[in-house]
Amino acid sequence: MHDTMTTKKVGRRTFLQVSAVAGGGLVIGLAAPRIGAQGAQGGRAGGPGSAASLDPSVYITVNPNNTFTIVAKNPETGQGIKTALPQIIADEFDVDWSQVSIRQADLDPKYGGQTEGGSRAIPSNYQNMRLVGAGGRLLMLNAAAAQWGVPVSELTTGSGTVKHASSNRTATYASLAARALTEPAPDRATIEAALKNPRDFKIIGKRIHGVDNLGIVTGKAVFSIDHAPAGTLFAVFEKCPVFGGVAVSANLDEIKKLPGVKHAFVIEAAGKGNNSLASGVAIVADSWWLANDARRSLKVTWNEGPTASESTAGYLEQCKDMAARIAATPPAAPPQGGASIGNVEDAFKAAAKIVEAEYYFPLLSHAPLEPQNSTAHVHDGRLEIWSPSQIPSLQHPALGSGLPPQNITMHLVRAGGGFGRRLVSEYDIEVARIAKQVTDERTAAGLPSVPVKLLWTREDDMAHDQYRPAGAHYFKAGLDAAGKLIAYRDFVGSTNSVVPANEFPRGFVDNVLVTAEQVKPFSVPTGALRAPPTNGVSFVIQGFLDEVAIAAGQDPIQYRLDLLNSPKGAGAAGGFNPARARGVLEAVRDMSGWNTRRRSLPKGTGLGAAFQYAHAGYVAYVVELTVDAKKAVSVKRAWCAVDIGRQIVNPSQSENLVHGGFIEAMSHSMNWEVTIEGGRVMQTNFHQYQPTRMSQAPTEIQVRFLETDFDPTGLGEPSLPPAVPAIVNAIFAANGERIRSLPLAKHGYRWA
Amino acid sequence: MKYSLNVNGKTQTVDVPDRMPLLWVLRDALNLKGTKYGCGVAQCGACTVLIDGQATRSCVTPVSAVGTKKVTTIESLPSDGSHPLQKAWMDLDVPQCGYCQAGQLMSASALLTSTPRPTDAQIDAAMSGNVCRCGTYLRIKAAIKQAASSGRG
Repeated sequence: MHDTMTTKKVGRRTFLQVSAVAGGGLVIGLAAPRIGAQGAQGGRAGGPGSAASLDPSVYITVNPNNTFTIVAKNPETGQGIKTALPQIIADEFDVDWSQVSIRQADLDPKYGGQTEGGSRAIPSNYQNMRLVGAGGRLLMLNAAAAQWGVPVSELTTGSGTVKHASSNRTATYASLAARALTEPAPDRATIEAALKNPRDFKIIGKRIHGVDNLGIVTGKAVFSIDHAPAGTLFAVFEKCPVFGGVAVSANLDEIKKLPGVKHAFVIEAAGKGNNSLASGVAIVADSWWLANDARRSLKVTWNEGPTASESTAGYLEQCKDMAARIAATPPAAPPQGGASIGNVEDAFKAAAKIVEAEYYFPLLSHAPLEPQNSTAHVHDGRLEIWSPSQIPSLQHPALGSGLPPQNITMHLVRAGGGFGRRLVSEYDIEVARIAKQVTDERTAAGLPSVPVKLLWTREDDMAHDQYRPAGAHYFKAGLDAAGKLIAYRDFVGSTNSVVPANEFPRGFVDNVLVTAEQVKPFSVPTGALRAPPTNGVSFVIQGFLDEVAIAAGQDPIQYRLDLLNSPKGAGAAGGFNPARARGVLEAVRDMSGWNTRRRSLPKGTGLGAAFQYAHAGYVAYVVELTVDAKKAVSVKRAWCAVDIGRQIVNPSQSENLVHGGFIEAMSHSMNWEVTIEGGRVMQTNFHQYQPTRMSQAPTEIQVRFLETDFDPTGLGEPSLPPAVPAIVNAIFAANGERIRSLPLAKHGYRWA
Repeated sequence: MKYSLNVNGKTQTVDVPDRMPLLWVLRDALNLKGTKYGCGVAQCGACTVLIDGQATRSCVTPVSAVGTKKVTTIESLPSDGSHPLQKAWMDLDVPQCGYCQAGQLMSASALLTSTPRPTDAQIDAAMSGNVCRCGTYLRIKAAIKQAASSGRG
């Protein structure tokens, strides 16, 4: 630990980093290697926690007026993490929330992982953010103890001050900042011992308002689409509608003559996989509308390539063929990506009842409301980029621009929704590629470099997503005379979807056979949509189990509970805790008054239930809806029980995420489907991909958080999957029609 | 073409193509970026502004069609967030990503001007052109009711 007031960083092994800032403040941060819980990020040389990381390598700034600036390290896409992570620091630091302002971090290894995805932000950061805050509080206590010559044990903190009650002395953190720099920094064990008892939390667990609320309601919040410094040129990028297609030539000379157009050029493909550069034509103009308007005159000769022969109809046909083949010749050994437990064929022969069903869920597009975009400025051999990515990485602009990652600075800009779409950042590659060429062309013409903003149209966004995979499941269940599930078979044929190894009811049935095969060729890019893979798997499995329960003549919730009460060997392992699943099912049964309500529903009204283990969280829904004779569906209300561990960091944001999960599930259920014909997406805009609207939303979504003694985890994803089967199961309860493929609109349903 | 537009009570001159939608005139010519692009085909409502008090999708409204009508955008609301709708939005923590909320607020503002005490059905009818991809509808509706009952909608 350094012993003089200096702006040099302390030794790199020190757990806490403390530095002075201009004006008498103090900055505090964890040594970055200890916070890399989300895994290393690609990018800047030097690795995490490089020694020179004084400046923003910190989380807390103690300002001279005793206010505190706290860094929000992760990308904000609407999940509320820009509020939640600073809440944790502020509580342990023991300051008032009104004393806190928030600063969004740039991408920098010193913060460890900076990703949004997998509902991992809370589980990865909860403890570390507590340690940052508690370590800061200890520094202040040590400083006051030294200044006053009293033991730390006689001191208390609160509202950004240290108090010594017996001598009636008080000092603000700001007044102690200089002294804090001269005191030894506490080690990790001491900080861990100083963590608050959760019952003393004043900010964690409170309904703290979103930190960007004022900006949002005044139109001043800067989203990625809004970032365009003076002088910015605007770009569109026309790609082949057929995935993998290549631009052979284009009428560039004609395009360059159009109003406002400054640059037009063909881009060759580069890289592999989702984060790669597609071939296409870039048009760069004075305004985005002019650039996009020029596309009306653009004529591109495409080499569409082999994907042009693919279609969803073809994929589904292959799935059916696979299932038929496997049914004819069941695998002798446990299949790869599947499971073989006991002997399903023997059990089927012994069963008193057989239930068979084919289920299907389609490809989906993410459709975040802000289309993909990014802004880049190449100048002096460097690149500066402003990105809405959920996994910001310097590798992407490096690929696009040809510049080394260490010459790239990346700013994280608020994104208009993510839902997994921005886990892939090909727009960062594209904008870097375009900006590089624009700078090169301008330099050659003796012009200064300018930033370039790439914005996709909604149509671009829908045609070039990383789609949720599609899957077909061919189920067969055997029941004994008492209705007990004794054999469970699921032949999965999918584009590239998987059933998790711990997916219920595997592990709760004596005889199980699950196989997984994938269609070939399949050339549509796919990626993670909120809660992969259970956003589709939950629908098929929780739907089929509902059928099984009803075939058994039993209550669908009780049937699931009975299964959960009889784990079978190792299959129940793998992180799935049946007691927690039972907990949310019992809670939602209680909340909804399931047992009595089901008996008193009028004709055409149904209650449906489902639960899901997803992303370390347990969620169960009951949905009440009506279906009329013309298949108009009205969702009346939903009850949701959630177990994401012992601490909800922000109940207001968390409830909002449950609302969002349910409303999104309604979109998945009723209208959303991406279809492929001729190797291209057939849906172009929201009129063919209708999201849920206000008039379709239920009047109430009741949420109960069960506080269980497990580590806190995220909620963005678990809140979605079981809502889909709960809706579909409620439709069966209402009108007796079992829906086995989505969307409902294909079966003649619509929202009332 | 030169156009004189009345935006948020101020007359501003822009020189833009006549087919350019009002959305892009606001965003790129007048630097009023609170109004958002979502679909370009009047399906999502992110671009909603008021034209003579009527909620209008600015992404399909060519600048040449605006004339002397009064254009009102999210930037017309108080920058301290003191409008009853803004207060209710913040109080109930409506936003998730927040991208649609400018459009939602403009539609809600038009509704409360014409119908100070809207029923649920009137709220649904006025707001169903505005998509919230994050699914904050229950809170939007509650916020509209809260603003209405504050009596100054």
